Amino acid sequence: MSMTKIEAIIQPSKLEPVKEALLEIGVEGMTIIEVRGHGRQKGHTEIYRGREYTVDLLPKIKLELVLADEMVDRAVQTIVSVTRTGRIGDGKIFLSRIDGAIRIRNDERGATAL
Amino acid sequence: MTKPLSSWKLPAACVGLILLASSSGVSAQTTSAQTIDKADNAWMLVSAALVLLMTGPGLALFYGGLVRKKNVLATMLQSFAMMALVTVLWAIVGYSLSFGAGNSFVGGLHNVFLHGVGLAPDTDYAATIPAQTFMVYQLMFAIITPALITGAFAERMKFSAMLLFMTLWSLIVYAPMAHMVWGKGGWLNAALGGRFPSLDFAGGTVVHITSGVSALICAKYLGHRLGYPKEPMPPHSVVLSFVGACLLWVGWFGFNAGSALSSNGLATSAFVNTHFGAAAAVIGWAAAEWLRNGKASALGAISGGVAGLVAITPAAGYVTPMAALIIGLTAGGFCYFMVAKVKSWFGYDDSLDAFGVHGAGGTIGAILTGIFATSSINPIYHKPNGDPLPSGVVDGNWGQLGNQFVAILIAWVLAIVGTYLILKAVDLMIGVRVPADHEVQGLDLSQHGEEGYYWELSAS
Repeated sequence: MSMTKIEAIIQPSKLEPVKEALLEIGVEGMTIIEVRGHGRQKGHTEIYRGREYTVDLLPKIKLELVLADEMVDRAVQTIVSVTRTGRIGDGKIFLSRIDGAIRIRNDERGATAL
Repeated sequence: MTKPLSSWKLPAACVGLILLASSSGVSAQTTSAQTIDKADNAWMLVSAALVLLMTGPGLALFYGGLVRKKNVLATMLQSFAMMALVTVLWAIVGYSLSFGAGNSFVGGLHNVFLHGVGLAPDTDYAATIPAQTFMVYQLMFAIITPALITGAFAERMKFSAMLLFMTLWSLIVYAPMAHMVWGKGGWLNAALGGRFPSLDFAGGTVVHITSGVSALICAKYLGHRLGYPKEPMPPHSVVLSFVGACLLWVGWFGFNAGSALSSNGLATSAFVNTHFGAAAAVIGWAAAEWLRNGKASALGAISGGVAGLVAITPAAGYVTPMAALIIGLTAGGFCYFMVAKVKSWFGYDDSLDAFGVHGAGGTIGAILTGIFATSSINPIYHKPNGDPLPSGVVDGNWGQLGNQFVAILIAWVLAIVGTYLILKAVDLMIGVRVPADHEVQGLDLSQHGEEGYYWELSAS
């Protein structure tokens, strides 16, 4: 059974709702990372004692899930439906193939290790 | 101006100094105790503690928050180090050079090792408190003044060079300036017969102009930080600076109201003026910022407060509360202009704006003191029969403005020349600036082998 990695870069405020929605559809594990970045959404300026700083890398959350392929479409739909506001800065989702998975505890291999 | 050396009551711990002191005699001990006013002494000891609070944690937090994360401990330690270094210097020779009897420009060596500085009052300075209370109170000023300079060379000066620089600076710049303005026989002393009596209630020239102008020389001499001004270097925690600024404000009551050297009405006057000046300056700075950027910021508000406290310092015991509001408002707008505009025109990297706030605020404060000083608040000048003579321009004494400018000029020149020569000497001896790779790594690691926020990585 083949596996896919979903990397979703989302607004930090959407983390909780996304997490809940994914748990509801049966996603059992995920990893989140606090990241900074920007796409088309440019940053903002901050002024300290008259000096302007352009902050173009904004805080985002990166959600990483590795799922068996039949789960992937539902998971992606769920993430999109929860995080979409229609404004620039909603984020992006990337999908990639995963060649293998190993559960460290008992050496299970493949999709059963997920 | 010399007076009989006062008595000693020696704590048991000071056995080593007994030998030095024994020649001064202890006969006046019983009579002197009766002249001490307990309320005055209580207030002055509290004031001394309040002024120390301004350096640590006040200034340490204020400056610590303004630097980048990799320099937070080094910056805070620079302030804290003054609490240790200047104290020892003060005990050995600093107090004597500042307040001992000497010539018009610097004190003599009569009081080295605090010889003759006992528990009887020194009536020239403060007749109702022990001389040691006066000594330790003044020490707290000598501590914060060099600590203020550290804002100018933040994030790039060697710790060893900083210590050597500050040692020399305390003796060569601070002590003469303190002696000229406040010391007996000092050239600028208004209370003890100076040649050009200038009004500086709590240290506008002695503390803020000397430190602020020296800061500018340091910033110019060391050059800008690597990457400045292209690389963004925003404060790593305005929160720390916020707490620091609030502590500075509170501590400043000891600084200014304590400078009455008594718990009398003048202390109240200075207390009220200090508070009013700070409040008005917050509004002055924030308003200027709001007009220019469309927003008032937390950093702007607290910077304005400090600028107001600086400017009201020389005036605190000479002006009315309404004049304090004017002084604060003016200083808030003026210092904002110096920091946000003038600094970028000239391109110096006064990293934490020690000059823009203390040098500029101290200068504007000293000038405004000459304008708003009034004998109705503090009859500093009087006829032989005790009738008050006019103080500042509002009383009709235009000459005071001239005296203020003399004091300002002397403070600027002493700070510029003294600081430059000391920097040059320290540079020749051990070098003043850290190597580039140390600067990139951050002073916390390269100078001190530790990190302020190491727990972020190691917590588990």
